[in-house]
Amino acid sequence: MTDALYSVRNLSVEYGTRQGPVKAVNDVSFDIRKNEILGLVGESGCGKSTLGKAMLRMITKPGEITGGQLLFGGHDLMTLSSREMRSLRGSRLGMVFQDPMTSLNPVQRIVDHLTETILAHEKTTTAAAARTRASELVERLGIRRERIDDYPHQFSGGMRQRVMIALALALHADLVIADEPTTSLDVIVEAKFLDLLRELRDEFDLTIVMITHNIGVVAEIADRVAVMYAGRMAEIGDVREVFARPLHPYAEGLLKSVPNIELDGQELYKMDGSPPNLAFTPPGCSFHPRCPKALPICSDQVPVLRSVRADQETACWLYDDQTVEIAR
Amino acid sequence: MSDALVRFVGVRKWFPVTKGLIANLLDRGEKKNVRAVDGITFEIRRGEVFGLAGESGSGKSTVGRLAIRLLDVTDGQVLFDGQDLGAMSREELRQTRRRMQVIFQDPLASLNPRMTIGQAIEHPALIHLPELSAQERTQRVLTLLDDVGMSPPELYYGKYPHQISGGQRQRIVIARALITAPELIVADEPIAMADVSVRAVLLDLMMKLKEEFDLTYLFITHDLATAKYVCDRIAIMYLGEIIEIGTLAEIYEHPQHPYTRALLDAVPVPDPLHRRLEPLPPGEIPNPINPPPGCRFHPRCPIAVEGICNVDPPQLIQVVGDSVDHLAACHLRTGAHQDLDPERVSG
Repeated sequence: MTDALYSVRNLSVEYGTRQGPVKAVNDVSFDIRKNEILGLVGESGCGKSTLGKAMLRMITKPGEITGGQLLFGGHDLMTLSSREMRSLRGSRLGMVFQDPMTSLNPVQRIVDHLTETILAHEKTTTAAAARTRASELVERLGIRRERIDDYPHQFSGGMRQRVMIALALALHADLVIADEPTTSLDVIVEAKFLDLLRELRDEFDLTIVMITHNIGVVAEIADRVAVMYAGRMAEIGDVREVFARPLHPYAEGLLKSVPNIELDGQELYKMDGSPPNLAFTPPGCSFHPRCPKALPICSDQVPVLRSVRADQETACWLYDDQTVEIAR
Repeated sequence: MSDALVRFVGVRKWFPVTKGLIANLLDRGEKKNVRAVDGITFEIRRGEVFGLAGESGSGKSTVGRLAIRLLDVTDGQVLFDGQDLGAMSREELRQTRRRMQVIFQDPLASLNPRMTIGQAIEHPALIHLPELSAQERTQRVLTLLDDVGMSPPELYYGKYPHQISGGQRQRIVIARALITAPELIVADEPIAMADVSVRAVLLDLMMKLKEEFDLTYLFITHDLATAKYVCDRIAIMYLGEIIEIGTLAEIYEHPQHPYTRALLDAVPVPDPLHRRLEPLPPGEIPNPINPPPGCRFHPRCPIAVEGICNVDPPQLIQVVGDSVDHLAACHLRTGAHQDLDPERVSG
């Protein structure tokens, strides 16, 4: 049994909209294992960013966590006060967002971001010690020490994203949730950032959840991959297993529709339709209207996530022994 | 003689950098320019999908805008079907414009939210095809809706952009581009905003329409995996210059310029067993206001030679042993200093 660092149980998040409540995350359960990089993939509107935010309890109105447990460090985070939650966030739980420019204060020097974080969480650390630590960290991430007195706009996109990681590392976070951290970066910078993340994981004993729509990025960096569709978990498992033998027809279609630069004369899979509007999710399995293998039960009942192979789970009626029996 | 639909000859596009008010009043400070496109020559041949790839800030989108004269050149010429776009009168330009169309990245920003889909597609015809009657126009719109896979067309004709999905919106933008029966379509990151599962469908649609309508595409993208899937020839840009150009096979199978190689190597591969081999070049794309002297890539280049690459700007020259279509700008790979190429030296 691998030990879970963080367990999400039956998590649901709703947004109040004019069209009524929208379930952005719908009864999602999964574990994040210690020291792994988990790639969380899905298309826009599938709920992956909401899930990432909910794990840090950062959902704001009109959104609301309507149910479930967030188990981390022996606690259910849902039972913590907002004050306790705040001290956990930024210390043991870190986050990196897509656009570092909106996360960094434009009128604050890079070094001040770092020292402020350290001093806010560690009452006994001196300002001088915090500064030393900040410059060591920044240097480790490949930014010259003397540049910590610069302002965010003087940094390139890749450097800003390194500062975001430095903020998480400054307080020795156990878990970093990174939401599309490389999406605004060019490919060469992106590749270098991914290399860096992998190194840091080993060096700082990090666990990383990488939320992305980029299948290539997941293949490159993740140990396990979780595929979301319309607010639910469609498949989760070892990245090599899922890429080699995807179970869920959505995961299969998604992987086959991505161009691979290593292949010649590749035929791309063309999936029917487009992802549903979450205000009007289809009944049963929400993928059934687009699914080439749908069974009668699929439009009627919601499949639950079940283990199909070693380290590979899926929520699909095709892998339910009874349904397959009936279909025959 | 190849049949060039678009030809760029020594084209430059510099954007002046605005100084502060005081500096302006006192006429102080040096005049600076962003050299978005800095002397490029190439041609787009009739019937091909010509890819233009590079990182952000390389100038690729500016080239797209210059190709249809949404921007005026600072220097050089852009020829469309042999005629200089810059020398045309307003009327000539208007006549020519119907032969060229553009598709941008964000379909929602490209569509007027207050126009129905039918009106949006019809709009270019009102300007460019006044000879059509209202009925003929409507009929054309309906046929086009069907061509881009929006069927039944009558159902979509009266809908507004917010009522359809992002992938469908891009289909509408494509249909609108087709109504004047253009020869050239500039597609600037046409699928970058679309969902992953929808991208392949859109690419396929674009390729099908190319055959059906005899189109030529200038396909601008940062994604070399997608480019490989659709392009016939491809040019790689770096800091306002084309550093390598060639057929798909030449660029992907034996890229010459160290930057092309780095770019290809950095593309994430959707295969967990794949690992990158080459070390990535250090640093990031420099500021186009003040590009490095000599070869603009030399500060990041693994094989740059002091005294050559940082002094002399390399020319785009044919790659020995390849077709006349494969050109690269590198002193060590195609220029006069091939004896210094570490690859050649090591055998």
